[in-house]
Amino acid sequence: MADKLFVAHAPHMHKTESIAGIMWRVNLALIPSGLVALFIFGPAALWVMASGVLAAVGTEAFIQKARGQKVTVSDGSAFMTGLLVAYNLPAHCPIWVAAAGSIFAIAIAKQAFGGLGRNIFNPALAGRAFLVAAWPKYMTTFTKPFVYDAVTQATPLSLIKEGKASGMVDLGLSYWDLFIGNRGGSLGEVCILALLLGGVYLLCRGIITWHTPVSFIATVAVFMWAFGSPEGLFRGDALFQILSGGLVLGAVFMATDYVTSPVTKKGQVIFGICCGLLTGVIRRWGGYPEGVCYSILVMNAAAPLIDRFVQKRRYGVA
Amino acid sequence: MNRLWKEFTKGIFRENPIFFIVLGLCPTLAVSTSLNNAIGMGLAATFVLVCSNAIISLIRNVIPDKIRIPCYIVVIATFVSIVEMVMKAYVPALDRALGIFVPLIVVNCIIMGRAEAFASKNPVLVSVADGLGMGLGFTLALLVVSFIRETFGSGKIAGLSISHSFEPALVLSLAPGALLVLGFLIGGIRWIRSLRSY
Repeated sequence: MADKLFVAHAPHMHKTESIAGIMWRVNLALIPSGLVALFIFGPAALWVMASGVLAAVGTEAFIQKARGQKVTVSDGSAFMTGLLVAYNLPAHCPIWVAAAGSIFAIAIAKQAFGGLGRNIFNPALAGRAFLVAAWPKYMTTFTKPFVYDAVTQATPLSLIKEGKASGMVDLGLSYWDLFIGNRGGSLGEVCILALLLGGVYLLCRGIITWHTPVSFIATVAVFMWAFGSPEGLFRGDALFQILSGGLVLGAVFMATDYVTSPVTKKGQVIFGICCGLLTGVIRRWGGYPEGVCYSILVMNAAAPLIDRFVQKRRYGVA
Repeated sequence: MNRLWKEFTKGIFRENPIFFIVLGLCPTLAVSTSLNNAIGMGLAATFVLVCSNAIISLIRNVIPDKIRIPCYIVVIATFVSIVEMVMKAYVPALDRALGIFVPLIVVNCIIMGRAEAFASKNPVLVSVADGLGMGLGFTLALLVVSFIRETFGSGKIAGLSISHSFEPALVLSLAPGALLVLGFLIGGIRWIRSLRSY
């Protein structure tokens, strides 16, 4: 009765949107990619995803219980973090690695900062960065698609980084292979088609806007086209750079995280461009073959600053 | 005697320089990768701390107030040079492992802090007790941090492997691991302390 007699000032607007609604829709958008990963890498992918999700949800529930807070695992945000951690892992990595990544993501990157809405860094990416530093052996051993066995195959980006290939011809791949996911890589990043499917769904539902993903991907494309080739300016393979690595996964699902990215549209464009520049610099000159994870993490730290920078000056305020 | 004991024990737990005053974090974070390094660093700093506290306390009435910090640094640097030369002569491996952090003891905040806050205001004997307590407290903290980092970060205890089936998380022996371990230790100790005060 009490909440039916709720009195508030005008304007009285009601919106059905809720945290749980948004989070579960993002999870839904991630599902195609997971199903494709099962098809590409076999049942090993399922175990990695299951352990990532279970560890994330379990850790969130445990910490909230221990701190005497309301347990909010049903809002789907821990589920999403666990799933994204798993999507960032090679399909045949041991399941305890996935669990450790999820536990770090939830316990340290999220709950230690105060829980949902207060974390500075994207938890899933922090989990991945932790795993890369902790067990690099498992994080850089990728498996061959469609073999369902632990046959290793380097990712296209690392082959190019190590100088073992210089372009699509050496890799023996077509753009179509890259688009549907017929390549080595993390389990959730390989199939661009499935990721785009999820991305379009989120766009249509109004959960994300085009600003961050488009500016991010376009910047990487332009940057790598201009500087990507050691042979000279403007000879890089932009399409290859877009389709390889975790760029689409990162741009659509992680750089658009509500908590850790700017809230203003202009800010989101700046955020995307800076992420793209950092990714390009790491891919081209950095020590790692792929830079999406680190570029988003670095820009997460700058997100509040960007928002402050683009704020409109209000009339009458100095 | 009672006073001496009090000044000695306060540095070890009640006012531990790392866990409670949170000073001297730079060497703590940098050299706490193995127990051997921790012992070497801790004892070197303790020696410098005790000696510099004693000398500064002795000359506290003749140091002009305006240039006291340079005076402290001259005293501290003398003892650091002694430590460095002894280390180079007798334990060259430890000297290589600690590297730049031995000369950097000169600007260690714990030593500067004790000189400024304690030795320059107190007589010799209590200053020595204070230096010894603070030095041992620093060594203890280093040992705790480095034990955790070495065990879980490189799978060894004092340089000896634990087990082949144990897969250490390399990140703990890298810089972020140091910050994480120290953060959790300080957080945990404050938490325990807060439980007690209720």
